[in-house]
Amino acid sequence: MYRGQSGMWAWLLHRITGLGVLLFLVVHIVDISLLGFGPAVYNEGIALFGTPVVRFVSLALIGALFYHAFNGVRIMLVDFVPKAASYQRIMFWTVMILTIVCFLPMAYFVLAPLFGVNTGNTASGM
Amino acid sequence: MRLSTGYGARPTSGGFETFSWYFMRISAIGLIFLAIIHLILNHVTTDVACTSYQLIAQRYANPYWRVYDWLLLTLALLHGMNGLRVVIDDYVRTAAWRIRLVSLLGTLTLVLFMVGTVTLITFEPVVGSLGPHCLK
Ligand code: HEM
Repeated sequence: MYRGQSGMWAWLLHRITGLGVLLFLVVHIVDISLLGFGPAVYNEGIALFGTPVVRFVSLALIGALFYHAFNGVRIMLVDFVPKAASYQRIMFWTVMILTIVCFLPMAYFVLAPLFGVNTGNTASGM
Repeated sequence: MRLSTGYGARPTSGGFETFSWYFMRISAIGLIFLAIIHLILNHVTTDVACTSYQLIAQRYANPYWRVYDWLLLTLALLHGMNGLRVVIDDYVRTAAWRIRLVSLLGTLTLVLFMVGTVTLITFEPVVGSLGPHCLK
């Protein structure tokens, strides 16, 4: 679809991130369905998300979603704004920078508990 | 068929593929907000280790959160699965296999949609489940 141009890498990454997030969505629908089995079962399942390995995997998915979302906006601009196609390079780098800028604070919040850093979002009863 | 209009590629057949093309973009606009807010709620304002049964019991006491989550479920599932359908069309060479795989995909989508929807609608917290949220 967007093959053979400088946008090839953007396209490939868009496809891979979309499929990665979709795979997660399938798992996520199943893990949320554990709600029907009561608090003990559900909480045991969700506890996995707090483990170091799953935190890193989640973070990768968060990065993937940011890229996919911002690149999706770039695709739509190219589709609907007549002159956008002449700004391909600058739009691609804007997507990359926005992805990184959003990713870094997320990385801080997702990984902080592993290092015993209290970000104030684990207060009991919140 | 795609025409060059000075805009980007845009399907002009007027059939299902055109519908699909617009659906991907309309759902995408919804998903930007729905998915990113969802991430912030479950990883920033509340750590993921605190997204327990107790937290959900509290959130789902407000029906609007169920509507929010159902919209996210529906749009993400249809957008993602329709994206995968396009990927299958791109890489699977024979029509017979395309039909088999796309049928399987349709069935899987329907099953996941029902599992997700039933979970959202039927959730009724067990008595005494309101309490501290964080596991540990
Ligand atoms: C967060 C907001 C999102 C935006 C702005 C967005 C945007 C887009 C756009 C514009 C396309 C291209 C459609 C086309 O070429 O016709 C697309 C494709 C796709 N999206 Fe998304 N999307 C978002 C979220 C998601 C989510 C949550 C998933 C997974 C559940 C997903 C999975 C996919 C897949 C698998 C494709 C097909 C990739 C391909 O054909 O190469 N997207 N997205």
